[in-house]
Amino acid sequence: MKSLNIERIREDFPILNQQINNNHLAYLDSAATTQKPLNVIKAIEKYNISNNANIHRGAYTLSIKATEEYDKSRKKIKGFINSPYSESIIFTKNTTEAINLVAFSYGMENIKDGDEIVVLITEHHSNILPWQMVARKNKAKLKFVYLDENSIINMKDFKDKVTDKTKIVAVGHVSNALGTINPIKYMVDYAHQKGAVVLIDGAQAIPHMKVDIQELDPDFYVFSGHKMLGPMGIGVLYGRREILEKMSPFLSGGDMIEYVEEQSSTYAELPYKFEAGTQNVEAAVGLKAAVEYIEDIGLENIKNHEMKLTKYAIDKMKEIHYITIYGSQDIDKRGGVISFNIQDVHSHDVATILDSYGVAVRAGHHCAQPLMKYLGINSTCRASFYLYNTIEEVNQFIEGLKNVRKWLGYGS
Amino acid sequence: MDLNSIYTELIMEHNQSGHNRRHLENPDHKERGHNPSCGDDLTLELEFDGDIIKDAAFTGHGCAISQASTSMMIDLIKGKSKREAYDLVNIFIGMIKKEITDEKELEKLEDAFILQNISNMPARVKCAVLAWHSLRESIKEDVETGE
Ligand SMILES: Cc1ncc(COP(=O)(O)O)c(C=O)c1O
Repeated sequence: MKSLNIERIREDFPILNQQINNNHLAYLDSAATTQKPLNVIKAIEKYNISNNANIHRGAYTLSIKATEEYDKSRKKIKGFINSPYSESIIFTKNTTEAINLVAFSYGMENIKDGDEIVVLITEHHSNILPWQMVARKNKAKLKFVYLDENSIINMKDFKDKVTDKTKIVAVGHVSNALGTINPIKYMVDYAHQKGAVVLIDGAQAIPHMKVDIQELDPDFYVFSGHKMLGPMGIGVLYGRREILEKMSPFLSGGDMIEYVEEQSSTYAELPYKFEAGTQNVEAAVGLKAAVEYIEDIGLENIKNHEMKLTKYAIDKMKEIHYITIYGSQDIDKRGGVISFNIQDVHSHDVATILDSYGVAVRAGHHCAQPLMKYLGINSTCRASFYLYNTIEEVNQFIEGLKNVRKWLGYGS
Repeated sequence: MDLNSIYTELIMEHNQSGHNRRHLENPDHKERGHNPSCGDDLTLELEFDGDIIKDAAFTGHGCAISQASTSMMIDLIKGKSKREAYDLVNIFIGMIKKEITDEKELEKLEDAFILQNISNMPARVKCAVLAWHSLRESIKEDVETGE
């Protein structure tokens, strides 16, 4: 492990070098979306300048070049997550579309009356709503696993909820609202013992830690490009090949076919069966460049840096008596996300006030309303860190926090 | 962005005083307003005496801007006819949308005039107008059919 040369890294992210409200911008919302390094921006530009055409179309050279670029991106992802096959990598628009694909193509056909679906109370709405729709349509039961007294997933509850009736276990790898890292390997093994299929929402994990599909062995693993230095509009569904082969297409139309007759059709092979219509090729190219950037720096080094910032920030925040921090107290069970509230001040006001100090944090329910309700709160503020953030930015954030209550007319 | 122009003393006063934050004993109408993107969730309660808004109050939770804006609105509309209240709502929303800028007109909003600065803060516009939309929903039918 080596420490990052942040100054060098920040040169790759020109967007971070700007003033907001007469202050240095401290961008602490990478859990919502990350910024793009120059190599990603340039890869997209180069693709558009030299290689753009519609893929899988005709025999002309430019289309072949574009197709090659697209395939290279798929291979890159395969290697990055150690998927056994390229065909198991399906490009989607984002995590949300990937989960919907699984819910509609797999869930609707395989989950029956009386079956059960298990999710965690910490899930993002995009890993709840599709399962609600499946449960309602197919008369299945949607069960939630709750937290223990340490704000981590209660594994006893998990084992109680996952039963022989469970057909799908859909769990987040890292919670976007609390930052907790879940014991995902254990969950996958346990669910498999019970005969359930497992989907892991890796949107908050992939940018920050090594994910090895062959070691973890989930049935589905999904994530978004825009949270891992890549462009918006590209996401990934990894699916176990045997399962994907049996699934029906999610969207149908151009590019996903073999033969089309007036009344019936046969479909293309994997992965194309699930990639209907013209794809976001330039975003796939950008995603490949993002993976290269991450690999170049090293996930271990990135994680090490983020956790240094997170620990520093939590220690400083704990010194401020009117701040409540949510989630695990055990730093080893956390990623680089801190969810918190300031006494008597709504999270939205906190975010507005921090913005005036140049600090960008997220406020609200973080697309996790069931979790907020379960915790008995309406919203939180969330600061999240990535490889380009600095200790100075954490200090700027802490100084901003100390000023919040004053603006609302409280002494301290 | 100048925080002083947003978190003004008047807004703080309304946010903290809570004099309009209560339940009415016999409300004739309740209207819930919800802003799903940030979680503001306020319920407006109204008591009418014929055409007059005899009493009004609110419950729920939200940020300082939404709370203060609601409280200012309640102070403003109590004792007014539905028609007058309806016109004031339109002035307020016009102000926040920057469609109404005439000071004479805006002074009719009394305390709520101070929220004009929010029109420069796209992220907070919804907070400011939440309760005003609820009031409009509550009286719209009566006012429009009364004509
Ligand atoms: C854990 C988790 N799942 C899913 C999503 C949805 O991602 P997207 O909006 O890219 O589909 C997010 C993003 O906020 C997330 O944090």
